Formats: sequence, C-alpha cells, structure tokens
Amino acid sequence: MTTQVEDLISKTQPPQQKYTAKDFQSDQDVRWCPGCGDYSILAQTQRVMPDLGIPRHQMVFISGIGCSSRFPYYMNTYGFHSIHGRAPAVASGLKLARPDLSVWVVTGDGDGFSIGGNHIIHLMRRNLDINVLLFNNQIYGLTKGQYSPTSETGKVTKSTPYGSIDYPFNPASLCLGASATFVARTLDRDPKHMQAILKRAADHKGTSFVEIYQNCNVFNDGAFFQFTEKETKEDSVVFIEHGKPLVFGKEKDKGIRLNGFTPEVVSLKDGKFSVNDLLVHDEKDTTLSFILADMTYKPHLPRPVGIFLAIDRPVYEEEMVRQIQFAKQKRGEGDMSKLLNSGETWVVQ
Amino acid sequence: MAGKTLKTLEEVTIRFAGDSGDGMQLTGTQFTNTTAILGNDLSTLPDFPAEIRAPQGTLFGVSGFQIHFGSTEINTPGDSCDVLVAMNAAALKVNLGSLVDGGVIIVNTDGFNDKNLKLASYQNNPLKDSSLSKYQVFEVDISKLTALALQDLGLSSKLVDRSKNFFALGLMYWLYNRPMDSTLDWLKKKFGNKPEILEANTRVLKAGWNYGETTEMFAVRYEVSPAKLTPGKYRNITGNQATAWGLMAAAKKAKLDLFLGSYPITPASDILHELSMYKQFGVKTFQAEDEIAGITSAIGASFGGALGVTTTSGPGVALKGEALGLAVMVELPLVVCNIQRGGPSTGLPTKTEQADLLQALYGRNGEAPIPIVAAATPADCFQMVFEASRIALKYMTPVFFLSDGYLGNGSEPWLIPDYNSMPDISAKFRTEAEGFLPYLRDEATLSRPWAVPGTPGLEHRIGGLEKQNITGNVNYEPANHELMIKLRAEKIERITNDIPLAEVEGDKEGDILVVGWGSTYGAIRTAVTRHREKGNSVSHLHLRYLNPLPKNLGEVLYKFKHVLVPELNLGQLVKVLRAKYLVPAIGFNKVQGLPFKAIEIEKKIDEIVKG
Repeated sequence: MTTQVEDLISKTQPPQQKYTAKDFQSDQDVRWCPGCGDYSILAQTQRVMPDLGIPRHQMVFISGIGCSSRFPYYMNTYGFHSIHGRAPAVASGLKLARPDLSVWVVTGDGDGFSIGGNHIIHLMRRNLDINVLLFNNQIYGLTKGQYSPTSETGKVTKSTPYGSIDYPFNPASLCLGASATFVARTLDRDPKHMQAILKRAADHKGTSFVEIYQNCNVFNDGAFFQFTEKETKEDSVVFIEHGKPLVFGKEKDKGIRLNGFTPEVVSLKDGKFSVNDLLVHDEKDTTLSFILADMTYKPHLPRPVGIFLAIDRPVYEEEMVRQIQFAKQKRGEGDMSKLLNSGETWVVQ
Repeated sequence: MAGKTLKTLEEVTIRFAGDSGDGMQLTGTQFTNTTAILGNDLSTLPDFPAEIRAPQGTLFGVSGFQIHFGSTEINTPGDSCDVLVAMNAAALKVNLGSLVDGGVIIVNTDGFNDKNLKLASYQNNPLKDSSLSKYQVFEVDISKLTALALQDLGLSSKLVDRSKNFFALGLMYWLYNRPMDSTLDWLKKKFGNKPEILEANTRVLKAGWNYGETTEMFAVRYEVSPAKLTPGKYRNITGNQATAWGLMAAAKKAKLDLFLGSYPITPASDILHELSMYKQFGVKTFQAEDEIAGITSAIGASFGGALGVTTTSGPGVALKGEALGLAVMVELPLVVCNIQRGGPSTGLPTKTEQADLLQALYGRNGEAPIPIVAAATPADCFQMVFEASRIALKYMTPVFFLSDGYLGNGSEPWLIPDYNSMPDISAKFRTEAEGFLPYLRDEATLSRPWAVPGTPGLEHRIGGLEKQNITGNVNYEPANHELMIKLRAEKIERITNDIPLAEVEGDKEGDILVVGWGSTYGAIRTAVTRHREKGNSVSHLHLRYLNPLPKNLGEVLYKFKHVLVPELNLGQLVKVLRAKYLVPAIGFNKVQGLPFKAIEIEKKIDEIVKG
C-alpha cells in the first residue's frame, strides 16, 4: 500500500516551462522599510531560483520571526512563517518527511542565534540537506532597535543606553564549530557575489549556511558600509575563493599570509613577499576554515567574504531513509495485523 | 507435592520489592506474562525510583512491582498487597505499609545484615524482634541458595548476585502454581548467545521452584483459576506500547507516514523507544534537540503530509505551548501525547498525577482551543490515540492525548483488535488547483484543505500571524480576527457531532454519579461496583473525550442528586463541569503521586450515601 505522499510524488510531473525571476514573486506587497537590505536578498534569490532546475511547487521557504522572516510571503513557492527561532526545527521535520523537497530556512541574527541558537547548531551537526540564509544586520529591527547577539560590544541601543557589554557571536565560526559542512558569507550590496554564493549553497548536498551582511537602514544604518561601499570595500574585505591566494586591496597589492596558524596582512609592493607566499584557500580544509572565519572582528585584518568550507558528509535524511529500507529488507514491509498478534498471546475460549 | 495443600484464591496481589539493581521490574514482568497466559485477569503497577542506580540498600533506592490478578474482573493493581517479596531491609521498610494484616512476607535474609539494617534505619533486625508478628514471615537466604546453585559455574560474584531475582521468581511460580515455560523460553531468546547467563538464570529459576517444592517451610500452595474474559485472542500490553501501536495503526489507516518528533522525558520515553523499533513500517522517529524542536519538527512533517506526532510529559507540554498555538493557527493535524507525571516543575518524574488537564485545555496564549482525549486503562491507549489521530486529520487540528505514568507503565491483558476492521481515517490531500484557497473551509467540519508542498499550482504560505478568512493572507482587521477566533472555536465544538455520547455504567439516574477521566477508571469502577453490590444507587461515568465534551453530558449529570469527581489533582475536571453545566459537583482529590485506592473512593461515596 502506498502512502498519499508517494502517490502525489509519483503523479506529479515537473512543469516543462523555463522560469524567470518573476515567476518567484508572490502576489503579496513587500512590506520591508524602503531602502532595507532585505530587498536585494529577495531579488537575488528570485534571480537564482530559475537556474536551480527545481519546479516551484517543490520549493519551501521556512522562517521564524523578525523582519527577515517575512521573506516566505514574498516567494511564490510553498512557505511557512513559523515561530521565533524554530524555523530550523520546522524545516528539519519537513525535510525528514519529504526528502524530495528543496527546503530553505530564512532567519535573522536574533531569530537564528539568540532564541533559535539551539536549533541552528543541531541542524548544522545533523547535516540535513537544507539551505539556511542568515540576514545579519546586527540589530533587532522588528522590535524596534535592541542590540542583537551579533551587535558589537559597546553598542548603544534602546536596551543598552550605556553600551552593550555582550561579546558578539561570529555566526560563521559558530556554525563551523557546530560541524557545518557548508559555511559562506556574502554582502547585500554585492548582487553578483550573492547570486554565486546562493547557487553554490543550493547545489551543496547537506546543510548550507550563508551569512548575508544586511543593512538595516532604520535601526543600524551603515553597520557594514566599510565592507560594502566602494570607497572602503576593497581595502577592508578579502574575497576568499577555492584554490586562489588571498589577495585584496584597491590595487590588489595586499595579501594574507599564514605565520604559524596566525593570518597576517603582508604587502605585495615592497618586494618582501609575492603572491607565492600567500595563503591559498582550500574550501575542503576544515582547519583552514576555522582560521579564516576567525579573522572576523579582528580590526587589523580584512573581513573574509566567500565560502569558508564546503565538504561532503552523510546527509541525515538519506541515512534515515537508508535505515528504513534496511529494516524493510531485513524484516519485510511492516504488517500491523501481524504486529498486534506477535509475541506472547493466548486464546480465551 | 506430598503434604502440601492447594488452596484456591479468587484474587491476590503480590508486590516484588528490592534494590533498584535487583531486577524487580523484570521479575514482575515475567510473573505478569506467565499469569496472563494462564488466563487470569490482571493489572500491574511498577514503582521505581527516579534515580537510575540509587546507592545500594538505601530506602530511596527501592524498586517495586505490584501485580493484582484473579479469576474475577480485575480493574486496579490492588489497594494493598497480600504478599510482599522483600529482597532487603529497605524494601521491607518501604513496602510494609501496603501489606494487609496477616499478609505473607518472603524475605531474602542476606539482605538483612548490619549494613542493610543501618541503611534502612532499623534499630533492631525486624526478623529477630516481634515487630512482624502480625504477618506470616518466610525467611529464605536467597543469596546463599543462589550461590549454591551456581557454585560449579565459576561465575563472578556479581553475576551470581544478579541472578537471585530468578530464585524469588521461581519460588513465587511454585507458590502460585504457575508454569516456568514462558520464562524459560524468554531466557533462551534473551541469552541465547550468552550461554553462561542462560544457564545461570535457568538453574536459579528452577532452584527457586524446587526450594518451594522440597522445603517444609510452605505448607500451602495457591491456585488462581482463569478469569471469565471475553473470548478471543489476548496479549499483555502496557499503556506506552499501546500508544505507540495506536499511532502506527492510525498512520497506516490514513495512508500516511508516521513522524515522531520527541525529546526524551520520563515517563513518555518508552513511546519513542517503541516507535524507533518499527522502521519497517516507515515510521520516522526524530530525537530532537529539545521539546520545542520535538513539536515544531512534527508540525513541519505534518505540513509535508505526514501524521506528525510529539510525545512528552507535563514539563515538555509547558515548553511546547507556543508551538501548539502555531498548530492551532496554521490548522495542521498534530497529535500531542502527554504522559502526565507529578508536577509542578520537575515534580515527581516517576510518579503519576492528572494535574495537566487545565494545561491541555487552556495552557496557551490567546484563544487556542485544542481537542482532548484521555485513555482510561493501559490498553485503552491504543483506541484513544487512534481517535486523537482521527480527529486531528479530519478537523485539521492539534489534538491532545492524555495518559499518565500509571497507565504508561502499567499493563493489562488486551483483547487484540481486528486491525482489518478498523476504520479508514485518511484525510485526502487537496490536489486540485482550480478554486483552491488555503482557508476555504469544509462546510460540515469547518476544516481547511491539506495542500502539501510538491503539489503543482497550490503554492501558498501559512504562518502564525492572523489569517484572513478564506484566503489565508496575513490580516490585522478587527472584525476578521474575531471571525477567525470564532471559526476556530466552532470547528472544535463541531467535533461533538463526531464522538460517542456519554454513557453511564449502571443506572442512568439515581443518587450518586461518580465522574472520572483517565487512569482512575479501575479504582472508580471497583468502588462503584462494591456500592452497587450493597444496593446503593451509585453509577459511574468515565469521560474519554474531554474537549469537546459529549453533547448529552449535561442531561446525564442532571439525572443524579450528587455528582462526585475523583481526580489525582486539586479539582480540574470538577471546575470544568461546574462552570459548564452549573451542577454542584464535588471533587475528591489526591495528589500524592500515587493512584487512587478503590477503598478511598468507596469510603468517599459512603460519606455521601450517609449524608
């Protein structure tokens, strides 16, 4: 006997049409503040979707609570705007029930790393094939301007009039520490880079975590301008790419070299070091991923942006399916009537 | 058997008690299975400490297992025990209070050395003074006899000591005239690949039996004839096992995969363990990182077209509150099993209580009605969790299934249901795109369509924000909010058309109606039966549907002069009945972490009878 889901999957033919970004726009008015970085993330996501080759009806966007979590309403796919912090758990249940679906989690720094911190780390270690987009704006926007777990120490907000005394999480390091298999960082104001990263995240088998620096122009305007604006970006950001040396700077005249385990900035101009002395990124190297992610928040180092790690590890839902198939092979398809009558029974005449 | 008298008993209650490492639960379970196969009606109650391995010999490390069996109808594990098997001094001290005057005590004398006596806070050895004179005490050095039986096997003293429970079991089999076959078979299955342990336990079991047979100590053996049970095929089942199987049956009958999201918690974990074994049925079990992930993963699975289930106890339900509200709002099927324990807070994890009824009814923010069903006996868990699933699927709603530690761990013989004649409860997925709106309701049930991801043309978004009627779009309009609140309430209220009427056991009108719910069934039934035998006008109504309540309940209550509501809480159902039906119902309450004794309810009814 087949289940209703099996029937559904077997009958469903993927539509032959070629999608455009417009096909992924829902009929709902987008209600973020004008100028919000979320608009760019929505646009890049809608642009990337047609390239994935996945029918729209097999995509699900799941979110928690916060500005970012309104995202699913604007995607013309299936969507679930759940409760604060719990999107990874809702998504896990859905993905386990339906490995055939493409499942995306959209979260923010408060939703994902404060109230939902527990779920995020467990999703990473389990490695379900789910894509997580973190909109990091280092502030609570929807509740109107309290500091978040990624806000810098000393930040003055409504709830920290004397400055925050919290030390911020670095989401990339945290996810690497939780044994994530794909960790990346991109910028709301760099559409091309974001599209490339989103594509890679979608293609990754296993949990992919993408931190997106996102400007909240109302409560934390300019938090990332040093990394996103033309004047400062090239000297403040190092784009890490697999197999390439870490070069940065307006004139491509600076690089990152490893001194022991410690990354340091070296000049390529003074003749002391050449490109050959620089650290070459290897996205399969877990140790290196920790070193690169740890450059974050270090004022003397450029901010690393790109894919920190992309490795293969068994995917949770496939392991679950494998165990079910193994049990069916070994014991035969479960028979409820047989089970009820199994073990020690006796007949009363 | 020369010289031994065989005496027939109608019913008997035995309590096995020892250190938590002494294997008393196993001994009790084996005795239970053998007794069930003999055709006795029975009821059991395990009673174990919260600590896994409490320090040996201490009072708080005592583990007990009580079985009440007979040739008549047995509804409770017994108010008090007739026989106490005590493996050490602490076990005697903790359990002596539940032994009837003149009862039998079988002690392992080795468990009464100075150290044991000190740990049990005995000034004098109770076996040596006259403090046990009102009981029949049989002193057996079980440890020594076990060691003797195994002396040529060269086993470690630890292994030898661990076998001694089988001596006690063998002796009790002999005393109550039960065959050893079923336990011998079980040993073979369990220890087939550990021949030493198999040999040791087999020998010790037989040594216990032979000891009874040959020693002069026991002049009388007892026999308990089979009970007159409804003809058919039976098995023994605990409440938690019945719950797991009921869920599996429901998923199959609904043509859905069963998904369990659960976080381990006493006394519900056995359902997670049980369901984890049945992967060949397509059951997906997910041990989540916490209670909240347990329920939210189940909601995610339901969104995807599985029968989503979460199992927990009271503290877990407290954590799941917000997600329950979400399930109400998004109107997805979900079964929430609360195996209640003593509260509040961490409370009494291994003890039983019924104090989460109001939590199930009201424990959420906003107006968030959730249907509630409750099992009356261990085997009834199968039927009622199946019902919970049926209601969840048909009405697209979370449903509470209430059980408790007493039902979950307790067991009883179960007339195995005919699976093939159980109803089809499938809720059909919406597949037609034409005219689809996420909150367009079924006219009869008011349930919304179940449109699962993967269905072309039905792409839609759901969430915890208030929905616009019919379209399901986010909507903050005052009138729409009130309409939606009322629609969700009305949907749950309409379930009254789909559940059985309240049916009284006994006369349909009279002086006293005892109204119960959940695990108090056996004690109430026993107490009411005794009163009816005395000619008193007392009837029993046991509610298995607690929200909504059966639609004839008011009429039923009004036909009695007095309504008595015994509950293992400070009066929760009684509040609901008084508020809803304006009847002067009175509560009878006990919150000791223990079930009611039938005698307690019998006495309370006495008070009312006497005015």
